[in-house]
Amino acid sequence: MSKVSARPPFSGSASPALVLAVLLVIFVAATVYVVVARLYPAPPPISQDAVQVDHQYNLTLYVTGAAFVLAQLGLAWAVFRFRDRGQKASHIRGNVALEILWTSVTAIAFVGLGILGRNAWAGARFAPAAPGAIQIEVTTNQFVYTFRYPGPDGKFGRLDPSLVSAPAGNPLGIDPNDPAGRDDIVVASLTVPVNRPIELLVRSQDVVHNFFVRELRLQQDAVPGMVIPVHFTADRIGTYEIVCTQLCGLGHYKMHGLLNVVSESDYDAFLKREALPQ
Amino acid sequence: MSSKPRIAHAATHTQNNFLRRFVFSTDHKIIGLQYFFLAFAAVTIGTILSLLIRFHLVWPAAHLPFVAGGIMTPEQYLALVTMHGTIMVFFVLTTAPQSAFGNYFLPLQIGAPDMAFPRLNMLSFWLTLLAFLVMLSAFLVPGGAPISGWTAYPPLSGLGEITGPGEGMGQSLWVASVLIFCVASLLGSINFISTTIDMRAPGMTLTRMPLTVWAWFVTAILSLLAFAVLLAGGILLVLDRVAGTSFFLPAGLVVSGEVQTHDGGSPLLWQHLFWFFGHPEVYIAILPGMGVVSHILANFSRKPVFGYRAMAFAICAIGFLGFLVWGHHMFVSGMNPYSGLTFSLLTVSIGVPSAVKTFNWLGTLWGGRIQFHSPMLFAIGFVSFFVTGGLSGIFLAQPAVDTELHATYYVVAHFHIVMGVAAIFGIFAATYYWFPKMFGQRMSEPLAKLHFWVTFVGVYCIFMPMHFVGIAGGIRRYADSTGATYLAALEPLHRFMTIAAFITAAAQLIFFYNLFRSLKSGERGVENPWLATTLEWTTASPPPADNFAGCFPSVYRGPYEYSVPGAAQDFLPQHLAPEKLPSGGEERNHAR
Repeated sequence: MSKVSARPPFSGSASPALVLAVLLVIFVAATVYVVVARLYPAPPPISQDAVQVDHQYNLTLYVTGAAFVLAQLGLAWAVFRFRDRGQKASHIRGNVALEILWTSVTAIAFVGLGILGRNAWAGARFAPAAPGAIQIEVTTNQFVYTFRYPGPDGKFGRLDPSLVSAPAGNPLGIDPNDPAGRDDIVVASLTVPVNRPIELLVRSQDVVHNFFVRELRLQQDAVPGMVIPVHFTADRIGTYEIVCTQLCGLGHYKMHGLLNVVSESDYDAFLKREALPQ
Repeated sequence: MSSKPRIAHAATHTQNNFLRRFVFSTDHKIIGLQYFFLAFAAVTIGTILSLLIRFHLVWPAAHLPFVAGGIMTPEQYLALVTMHGTIMVFFVLTTAPQSAFGNYFLPLQIGAPDMAFPRLNMLSFWLTLLAFLVMLSAFLVPGGAPISGWTAYPPLSGLGEITGPGEGMGQSLWVASVLIFCVASLLGSINFISTTIDMRAPGMTLTRMPLTVWAWFVTAILSLLAFAVLLAGGILLVLDRVAGTSFFLPAGLVVSGEVQTHDGGSPLLWQHLFWFFGHPEVYIAILPGMGVVSHILANFSRKPVFGYRAMAFAICAIGFLGFLVWGHHMFVSGMNPYSGLTFSLLTVSIGVPSAVKTFNWLGTLWGGRIQFHSPMLFAIGFVSFFVTGGLSGIFLAQPAVDTELHATYYVVAHFHIVMGVAAIFGIFAATYYWFPKMFGQRMSEPLAKLHFWVTFVGVYCIFMPMHFVGIAGGIRRYADSTGATYLAALEPLHRFMTIAAFITAAAQLIFFYNLFRSLKSGERGVENPWLATTLEWTTASPPPADNFAGCFPSVYRGPYEYSVPGAAQDFLPQHLAPEKLPSGGEERNHAR
């Protein structure tokens, strides 16, 4: 059986407590500085849904940021204040009132954030696209995005996987016998008119890919076997990058597309230019 | 439980045959050490892989002597990413905290002579070792290791070589290894659960168990439920790969211009099965660390754990909620958006028991007499990382915000801090704390402290900037930054992180040196160097084959009786009967 000595010897030096506390303070200060100074910002949003996401992001940042600073500095203070100076530790088993208080406060804060976060998500995802939204199909395969517009008839032609042949100029496998497909426009980048609701039909031919435009705060996996609708309304003319965020094979890192948000007239010109001669 | 059968059983350990004692041992302590050194080998390999990853991200065109062709290809990069993640998650974060330390100390802390099923225990270890060797062999086969990440989403992982290099034999070996690992973990978890329920010393009621035991117990329940599902999912993936079934593979797949014959499967099914395992796995990695940290904070603050019952309850609550949140990995997967909202609210709810743990850790320190021995430094580091990594999770728990951050380096930073580094700090804390018990020697304290300072600062230098890379749009699993124009602006941050990673990794050599030097020639330790209360400190170091030399303890009080008012000493061991306590009066209010 172990020998019992009365108390541990006074462990002496204050330096570990001080160093640890100072390191924690420096680390909190550096983090707060980078965040407040916005050294590495996300790009400006280009849709109302994206603004909503940013709003929720900022709200989350305030709540978790306060918790982060208080908890880390509280830790720094505790390790410094209660370092071994030969004092006797107080025998505290707990404090039910305090525990109920901080459990309730965190429950309200975190679950509250979750409930408020519903709005940004619901706006983008619960409702279908606005009536009259322009439908564009996004097809992914290793390691390419292909976009299809239904053409003047407003209908996509039937697809047949056995007809897929990029070398033969039919990367999507559009069935030539389906009249609806004859006017379909197939292009390598996504062009949309500004301030018009767009509905993307996201699909994949081979493995799981992803469609991510940071400025839209819109990210959607492209899953083979599924056609997943997502919608957005871009309110700023410009060219934005589309990247794949779902590991899809050796070319994952260079799977890349462009989103051109253009004026209504430029959009009409684009459709005319790309339309196949009937 | 009577002590007779325990002693009879323990006698089987006393054979002197070397192979039987140290290799094919059924002694939980030897098996714990075997797991420890297996995890040690795994973490060494995993860290080297991570350094190669970090190196390649900053100097993609550098010539590397051991890479075929000199310059690392994207598929070689992805193979590194896959194997780093898999090895670290399975063979380090699952193996060290639970299988190594749990095996060694759970029986000791509850006053048992061994695990409930010693032979099963041995089988678990040897299966884990086999799984590790099968996993490593994926590097050696034609095509190399798989490139589908540790999450192995089909169809990428389900169709064989046609989807990419490494997806043939490499991916097959990967699945085989994971399946073997699942079986090993299931056997191990049965053992942990039975031992905790059945083998506790007289007087060791549930509320007198150290929080380490609570954590290992709940972790074992999580393992049982989670690995069973991964086992099932893995078997289905094997069938899709080799038997032509279509569990995860839908109709109409066209890969590299070839139409596939599969029909009727769903890629999302794998994601559900995988994350049903994968999220509890996070808690399998971290809960034992939480137990160790609670234990150490009390010991070195010379105070009871603040709110012991709330802490035990929080472990159970985290374990339970951990099974209800897997969908937060799938917000952008194409899952129904209403499911996303449900998973989101359940996920933020986990913040509540997690916050309870954090507050109670601070409460444990508060009013204490804090002694900054190396285990304590690592435990405090754990708390800091848990706060940082836990709070960044509140962003990812919300589907709208996750839409911006999903699959960026923000996620990588989040899970490395909260699951990787925090758990590793738990392992370091446990190693420094229990080394004198396991080997009867002490590790060098100055070296341990140096190891802590460099690692603590280094980890924050690696992973805090990584959040900002993610917020600025850096995508994970990209072999280089040429894929999108905005990625180039992030290179200075990447360079900083890579340099920090190399320095931090170098600091681990201090740990290696300290560990092996102390094994050979450490200072002789005393039996209870930390003046701790729990049962493992009542026996010899290292403990004899039956743990307590036939003299099994009874338990008279809770595990954290430090600084009890009126007591003659500042700690009251669990096993000392009230009448045997040194004079000065028995503790008051010890109704437990």
